[in-house]
Amino acid sequence: MGWAIAVHGGAGDISRSLPHDRRQPREEAIRHCLQIGVEALQSNSPPLDVVELVVRELENIPHFNAGRGSVLTSEGTVEMEASIMDGNTMRCGAVSGLTTVVNAVSLARLVMEKTPHIYLAFDGAEQFAREQGVEIVDSSHFITPENVERLKLAKEANRVQIDYNAQPIQNDTKKEKPCANGDSQIGTVGCVAVDSNGNLASATSTGGLVNKMAGRIGDTPVIGAGTYANELCAVSATGKGESIIRGTVARDVAALMEFKGLSLKEAADCVVHERTPKGTVGLIAVSAAGEVVMSFNTTGMFRGCATEDGYSEVAIWSDAQVE
Amino acid sequence: MGGWAIAVHGGAGVDPNLPPQRQEEAKQLLARCLNLGISSLHSNASAIDVVELVVRELETDPLFNSGRGSALTENGTVEMEASIMDGPKRRCGAVSGLTTVKNPISLARLVMDKSPHSYLAFSGAEDFARLQGVEVVENEYFITPENVGMLKLAKEANTILFDYRIPTNGYDTCGAGVESPVKMNGLPISVYAPETVGCVVVDKEGRCAAATSTGGLMNKMTGRIGDSPLIGAGTYACELCGVSCTGEGEAIIRGTLAREVAAVMEYKGLGLQEAVDFVIKNRLDEGFAGLIAVSNKGEVAYGFNCNGMFRGCATEDGFMEVGIWE
Repeated sequence: MGWAIAVHGGAGDISRSLPHDRRQPREEAIRHCLQIGVEALQSNSPPLDVVELVVRELENIPHFNAGRGSVLTSEGTVEMEASIMDGNTMRCGAVSGLTTVVNAVSLARLVMEKTPHIYLAFDGAEQFAREQGVEIVDSSHFITPENVERLKLAKEANRVQIDYNAQPIQNDTKKEKPCANGDSQIGTVGCVAVDSNGNLASATSTGGLVNKMAGRIGDTPVIGAGTYANELCAVSATGKGESIIRGTVARDVAALMEFKGLSLKEAADCVVHERTPKGTVGLIAVSAAGEVVMSFNTTGMFRGCATEDGYSEVAIWSDAQVE
Repeated sequence: MGGWAIAVHGGAGVDPNLPPQRQEEAKQLLARCLNLGISSLHSNASAIDVVELVVRELETDPLFNSGRGSALTENGTVEMEASIMDGPKRRCGAVSGLTTVKNPISLARLVMDKSPHSYLAFSGAEDFARLQGVEVVENEYFITPENVGMLKLAKEANTILFDYRIPTNGYDTCGAGVESPVKMNGLPISVYAPETVGCVVVDKEGRCAAATSTGGLMNKMTGRIGDSPLIGAGTYACELCGVSCTGEGEAIIRGTLAREVAAVMEYKGLGLQEAVDFVIKNRLDEGFAGLIAVSNKGEVAYGFNCNGMFRGCATEDGFMEVGIWE
């Protein structure tokens, strides 16, 4: 037993030839956010506070697809979403369609704590943000040149697709997008934490899918899909939203532990390697016993974890450990 | 075993003082919808087509809380949501924040079939509706005088009963002069009227499907999303079963209720009725909810932990039942 924490910055088709200048800042950022979480746990902060703190930090860093640095909708705008869940009480909060709120995860927490609801979206969520006095900025704050470029490439790929066949866009369009610099599929940030008393929490945040239709909601704000926590474990998922929703990924890890008696690692591996299509999902999870697991069926996942006994790791692919 | 099965619901949590005439109207609507589904199944329609057809009928009728007859937001407007799921490949579609789409469940189906996504909401969903050419109407079409009255009562109840926004469940009414002690989401059941609608079907080929549709919580904050459009919470279908839930949205989300039924069947090997009973008993804590479910073996089941649920079910061997109370 003891505390444990894991952080992710998105799973996807991350090319192993990712240039140094695209790789190093992200690794640094993961290391930095992990450290923030570790220090908070060491000062006995409740896991719910820890996951919010860490995800806020990830949202503020422009290298990841959340908050500043969010990918763009087909209209060139950002629509951010997030959710947070407390394992003990199973209270949860979620938001979607945010355009001006600097920290979506904090608004999700306010929905959980200050309203009779769990999930607020679009104009209603923006209005609630103003009532709560959270930090808001002009939408342009979130948009980075990198993402403007990503959108351009995604649209070009779609245009090529449409030129070749007259079909309307079907469900498999997203598989055809070229990975120009190996990271156009990056999605989502998240954090899971457990303290030495077995209290668990999870939080996930994202800008969603590149070139998504305005109004598209992914797995991140859907409790049981992108985020879940109960008394056994806390899970945050990343990858292809539609697959994570269909697979109720975060809930399934907990369900396998509860109903089939699998260990955290067995449950995570089962969901990732046996129950979801290859190339679609990654997740991080911690258990009440202080274990941590990071599992993915994509090429890579930006991630890091640490446990009270001194173990710590930051990595991208499955064999290239950075520490 | 085997053969088709169908169940419909019009909401869990029923005013114990509901006038007999209203009860009768509700039962007639449920029976009519069941029969619509049954004749469709007799013509070999697939489960996914039947659930959509039946929920469209429920949305169009103003009686329950979906489509026309939806509960109103705090602003007096209607914001509708729905989801649909097809068991065989677990394809799904969901919509939220609809204000002009006559049949939300059909838009959810189009999201599933005709878009690269699973869930569209608010103005993005409305834009998609126009692109798809579905029937749209003015928001006023969905608003009934009855619900305008309910909204007024709900606002009054909030002012009288609560100083803070977070509602309490259970029977601690602090002595306010409310005759009905039954409360859901903090409101007396006489004003809460959850009445989300849903349908689950297994067809002759053993394919399961589920669909759920609602106007949501009376007096909800604008932008509030409940369980009905959330896959795994209000709706779920897979190879084994199809499930649709209704009741206190927040409790259903927290309990990932629809997925739970399938998970205990799959991971614990429980049968359909056992799974339904297990979930209702163990997954709701203080929350009130109900659900209907079918299995790929042609079974149908339902359960609820509150005083009533509008429901009907039928199976191919001729069984048919419509009910409200225990």
